[in-house]
Amino acid sequence: MIRITAGFLPLLDASILIAAHEKGFAEEQGIDLKLVREMSWANIRDRVSVGQFDVAHMLAPLPIAQNLGLSPLAVEMIAPFALGLGGNAITVSNAVYTALQSGNAAINGDAKLAGLCFRQLVEQRKVSGLPLLTLAVVHSFSAHAYELRYWLAASGVNPQSDVSITIVPPGLMADALALGAIDGFCVGEPWNSVAVAMGAGHVLTTKSSIWRSSPEKVLGLTRQWAEHNPELLDQLLLALHRSAVWCANAENVDELAGILTRSLYLDVPLEHLYHGLHGEVGHRAEGNAFLQFYHNAANFPWQSHALWFYTQMVRWHHLDLSLEGASRAKATYRPDIYRRALQSAGIALPGASSKVEGALLSPTHVPAQGGQLVLGPDGFFDGVAFDPDALQSYIEASPFYDALHKF
Amino acid sequence: MSGSNLTILIIDESPERALLIEAALQEAGHRHIRIVSILNGLVRQIEDIAPDVIIMDLGNPNRDFLEHMFRLSKAIQKPVAMFVDQSSEQAMLDAIEAGVSAYVVDGLKRERIKAILDLAIMRFRAFEKLRQERDDALQALDERKIIDRAKGIIMRQRKLDEAEAYELLRKAAMTQGRRIGQIADAIVQSDSILQEKPS
Repeated sequence: MIRITAGFLPLLDASILIAAHEKGFAEEQGIDLKLVREMSWANIRDRVSVGQFDVAHMLAPLPIAQNLGLSPLAVEMIAPFALGLGGNAITVSNAVYTALQSGNAAINGDAKLAGLCFRQLVEQRKVSGLPLLTLAVVHSFSAHAYELRYWLAASGVNPQSDVSITIVPPGLMADALALGAIDGFCVGEPWNSVAVAMGAGHVLTTKSSIWRSSPEKVLGLTRQWAEHNPELLDQLLLALHRSAVWCANAENVDELAGILTRSLYLDVPLEHLYHGLHGEVGHRAEGNAFLQFYHNAANFPWQSHALWFYTQMVRWHHLDLSLEGASRAKATYRPDIYRRALQSAGIALPGASSKVEGALLSPTHVPAQGGQLVLGPDGFFDGVAFDPDALQSYIEASPFYDALHKF
Repeated sequence: MSGSNLTILIIDESPERALLIEAALQEAGHRHIRIVSILNGLVRQIEDIAPDVIIMDLGNPNRDFLEHMFRLSKAIQKPVAMFVDQSSEQAMLDAIEAGVSAYVVDGLKRERIKAILDLAIMRFRAFEKLRQERDDALQALDERKIIDRAKGIIMRQRKLDEAEAYELLRKAAMTQGRRIGQIADAIVQSDSILQEKPS
């Protein structure tokens, strides 16, 4: 048995790593998978960078940001496996929710309607001279930060000046909302359901309503570790693949919830875990579209996902657009390693490494190696598609993009 | 000392540890040291303090927030790097193992920062050792009490004196390969179950 140490944060999308250990998928591959719960993404990043963790549950944009020099550390990271799609929601305080409902339409969890109501509230508050609403995300370089900004901007709210965006750790979100320190947040499950159960707020919309089948967490590791341990990495990805299949099976939901609730892992009461696992967060009954562990090629590291995060980093002025930056962002995601590790798994592997995000309106057969592969629907709530071959025009057409911004 | 004109900010939820680090840095000639333990209004505090070096506990759950603040802060306009030297993996590993994260405002001389970081690492380790000793002492105290209670139970049930009761415990621990405290704990627990009145 070879020991692999993996860091994680207590979130539903750590399930694939946790089940890989608990259900013996890692052991089958000769891996003694040691899981260590961490309290911040910064600690995850640091411990992976110095080699205390071999791999970790990571925010998808985190390794990209690090490779682009946006992190205080300069160790090159890669992401060869996605730990699922979706899994987040936007929750607002009771006061904001009540104010939103006083508009003309009933909130139903739909991102477009929620955005319309939110914009009206922001405009009313501006007229009345009320302070900006404060919304929290878990990290500057997180899918939460980018999907929240995307949703706001596409709804006509300028995330740079119409609201204030701050950072709160996932486990403290519900308390911060209850105490009135923030007016809303975008976070992964189970922390929306925990806030709702506390009576602190209501779910407004979900990540899957903003962008269906969208990237969230990845398995992150240093390029150096991957190059020194190629066979071990392949075995680990195979174990994670089998774990993902297990997690995605509806018959295993109760057992998975029973594992996650333990103090070692999420340490959250069972009933709060079921909302996310059943895909019933807030008003919407999304089923397995809310958090996808396996289907829809949920574990494939699409380079178009990496490039989308890159466009948002440029859009919100974390960095300037450059060919070099784009290729570095793209190369952080490693579909080549995914294919190498899983070629023997007997599953259909996507033939392409990038796709136009938002092109599939319904489930569609796509070219694949080794079997049939159905993808979609995917796409953003505003109907705008993202073509990874046209970064500049995509960024320039984004609402509230300020091309003249000075760093 | 040459380091005395640097402004060092210590962010720590443990005031004891912060004072320990401050004292060490003062001894080394640093006169501009500030300690922050409450994060409210931190942005303005950082602007006021304009630190060159920030030292923080890895156990702080708000590290992601603090890094975000560093990025936003006008006082820290230059890029913030962690640790002195990206190529010195051992220094990074030492710091992280000791539970320290240090942020250095770019452009500072490496050797000056190295000395500060080394001091912080030493003090973090010393503090951890103190805490471990205190925990051990508390555990030993608890164990002492449990052993006394187990001795009382044995004396009562077997009509033995204290030395004989302790000898019995010691032998049981030897044959089972466990600590006396563990054996005593088992005796106290089973006794409390047997003492419970049927309801």
